[in-house]
Amino acid sequence: MGITTVIFALLFYIATIILFAGLGYKIYQYATTPAPLKIPTMPAPRTKGGVVVRMLGEVVLFKSLFRSNKWIWLFGYVFHVALLLVTIRHLRYFVEPTWWWIDLAQPFGKYAGFAMLLGLAGLLVRRIAVERIRYISAPSDYLMLVLLLMIGATGLMMSFVTHTDIVQFKAFMLGLMYFDWQPIPTDFVLLAHLSGVILLMVIFPFSKLLHAPGVFFSPTRNQVDNSREQRHIAPWAAELEASRSR
Amino acid sequence: MAGKKEYTVPEFRPYPVIPILQEDAMVGDGPFIAKPNHQEDLGFPGELVENWEEKAIEKMGDMLKKYRSLQVYLDSCVKCGACTDKCHYMIGSKDPKNMPVARQDLLRSVYRRYFTFAGKYFPKLVGARDLTRDVLDEWYNYYHQCSQCRRCSVFCPYGIDTAEISMAAREIMAAVGHGQKYCNEIIGKVFKIGNNLGLPEPALRDTLEGLEEDLEDDTGVAVKIPLDVEGADILLVTPSADFFAEPHIDGLMGYAKVFHEAGVSWTVSSYASEAANFGMFIGSYENMRQVSLRIREAAIDLKVKRIVFGECGHAWRVAYSFLNTLAGPFDFLDQNYPIPQHICEFTLDMIKKGELNLDKSQNDDKTVTFHDSCNVARATGMGGYPGGQFDIPREVIKAVCNNYYDMPPETIKDQTYCCGGGGGLLTDDLMDIRIKGALPRMEALKQVVDDYQVDHLAAICAICKSQFTKVLPYYKFDMHMIVSVHQLVSNAIVLEGQEVDDDE
Repeated sequence: MGITTVIFALLFYIATIILFAGLGYKIYQYATTPAPLKIPTMPAPRTKGGVVVRMLGEVVLFKSLFRSNKWIWLFGYVFHVALLLVTIRHLRYFVEPTWWWIDLAQPFGKYAGFAMLLGLAGLLVRRIAVERIRYISAPSDYLMLVLLLMIGATGLMMSFVTHTDIVQFKAFMLGLMYFDWQPIPTDFVLLAHLSGVILLMVIFPFSKLLHAPGVFFSPTRNQVDNSREQRHIAPWAAELEASRSR
Repeated sequence: MAGKKEYTVPEFRPYPVIPILQEDAMVGDGPFIAKPNHQEDLGFPGELVENWEEKAIEKMGDMLKKYRSLQVYLDSCVKCGACTDKCHYMIGSKDPKNMPVARQDLLRSVYRRYFTFAGKYFPKLVGARDLTRDVLDEWYNYYHQCSQCRRCSVFCPYGIDTAEISMAAREIMAAVGHGQKYCNEIIGKVFKIGNNLGLPEPALRDTLEGLEEDLEDDTGVAVKIPLDVEGADILLVTPSADFFAEPHIDGLMGYAKVFHEAGVSWTVSSYASEAANFGMFIGSYENMRQVSLRIREAAIDLKVKRIVFGECGHAWRVAYSFLNTLAGPFDFLDQNYPIPQHICEFTLDMIKKGELNLDKSQNDDKTVTFHDSCNVARATGMGGYPGGQFDIPREVIKAVCNNYYDMPPETIKDQTYCCGGGGGLLTDDLMDIRIKGALPRMEALKQVVDDYQVDHLAAICAICKSQFTKVLPYYKFDMHMIVSVHQLVSNAIVLEGQEVDDDE
């Protein structure tokens, strides 16, 4: 077993711990921080069921973004849907034997890679070309897109140009999961691809990628419009009432 | 006060193009800073404390634990740019820092520096920066160019609400001794006297008696505006501007006529003679709560069964969305009515029940459009169903007025543009941004003026009414275009026993 295998095995473990622990902490933080006031953006649903529908509209269709700007919606939506398909396709490296729906997703996931690059490229071009978006962009905003583009491009290269030893790679991945390490294929494109993914996993809980859990905790989107009917009070606000005379 | 200043009024855009940015277009010192006594009345330090940087960061940390909105919104923005062309102040001023995301970033950059791993170790990479005096001054200037109208939050894919951020920023500034004079002075007046205008009970009684005389002269009917009547059914809480500002006052007379015709007993309270709650503007839960508790106490003292709110935008937000939280539970009120109820809900109910004798032709000399006040539209409801806040005022207007046209759809309802004077900006020291911020609303108005000969702009918000009175002339409109919705109601009501004057 070579040094490359050891390095990547350890990196994967560390990245996985950082991703899940970091994300778990942020989700815990969001869930336990009170929202002291009712602030849904109106008109808002009057029932919990209505809120589920509203959230689905945001998460599945990006409805608010669609209302806002058709170009950002188009590129953003294409990127996210493609990313989902690509991710589903990648599940086959972690499961043996693969489930039927992972098999079904293979051809879609394969070509979704192109759509993903297209969406990302569109977002990057807008970030550079549109004055307003350029103004609000920090270096990390460009680099995030570049990183995703690099991951996508190296992935596509392995699908369509220079194949890696995918059977050996799957053995490596399964080996990681069952703590029975197997050698990793050492071609450059694969290692670049994996390095990108590891970096993405590590920065996820520390970056704007937190929009993924964040959207579910956004009070303007997930609150029910029932303030007149039901009293809503945060624990810290209830404490203030101790001094109230009546 | 200094003499009349000249302001550059932005020109109407032939097409609604997104403006090219003009960096530092609105750079400046911001509004007048609160004097020590304004600050101390509200429980804030009198002036900028010595270790303010430390205190500000401490306050921010404290707020991050208290407000999920702040924590989630500071983390979640991906800088997609969807909000960048949605703010009326950005459209009117072209200053990039008036783009909602850029306004948020003034605070977010500091949040990142002190509260995130990336900002602590790689500040340049993620646009994090130290809290310096320049940053504080920038906060003060640009967080007082946000009217907390929430238009950006409608369009954000994560619902990030810049109002939440600007409220937090103002709370932090007030907490380190750097509050805004206009808001803080006014809140102090509410604590001391009961209303924003500082109108004490005897003066208020005088004013209301004068209005009763006017009403009787006008109609020949003794319509009352009762003050501090114990045992009345309804407590009317209305912005104090309704007691003497134009065109607000005609709205108040409208409410009085509606109550009179409905045959209900009602009263105004001198203790809670203010619907507005500027505690919201400065982001201070505690000040907002103290102001709200006056309404609870007045309702208990006067032994009323119901609370009805007059025409006021952010007041209706605090009433509809926050009052139950801040000053509830209201188990001592009649549970058969909404608590609290909006005057438009009350009036429409009376119209539907046929309690009001209306002569629509009295408004035939007017062609009316309706300005959805931002807080009513995007932060409240009416009628108990989503969108009631759009329909109910329009139904009231259409019931009393034959000629009504809406402004373009992308400028009304939940996409409405703020009047430009909300959120604690309705002060002369912010006139420049107020004029510029009114541009999108004025453009929409221009369209219906040109297309349908609209000559009146109706609103249900005291701030909108004051702002338009001031700003309409800058855009070459008649300042008298702006009317209260209940002024239209007032015109059309034929009171029992009233002699109708035909040549009016």
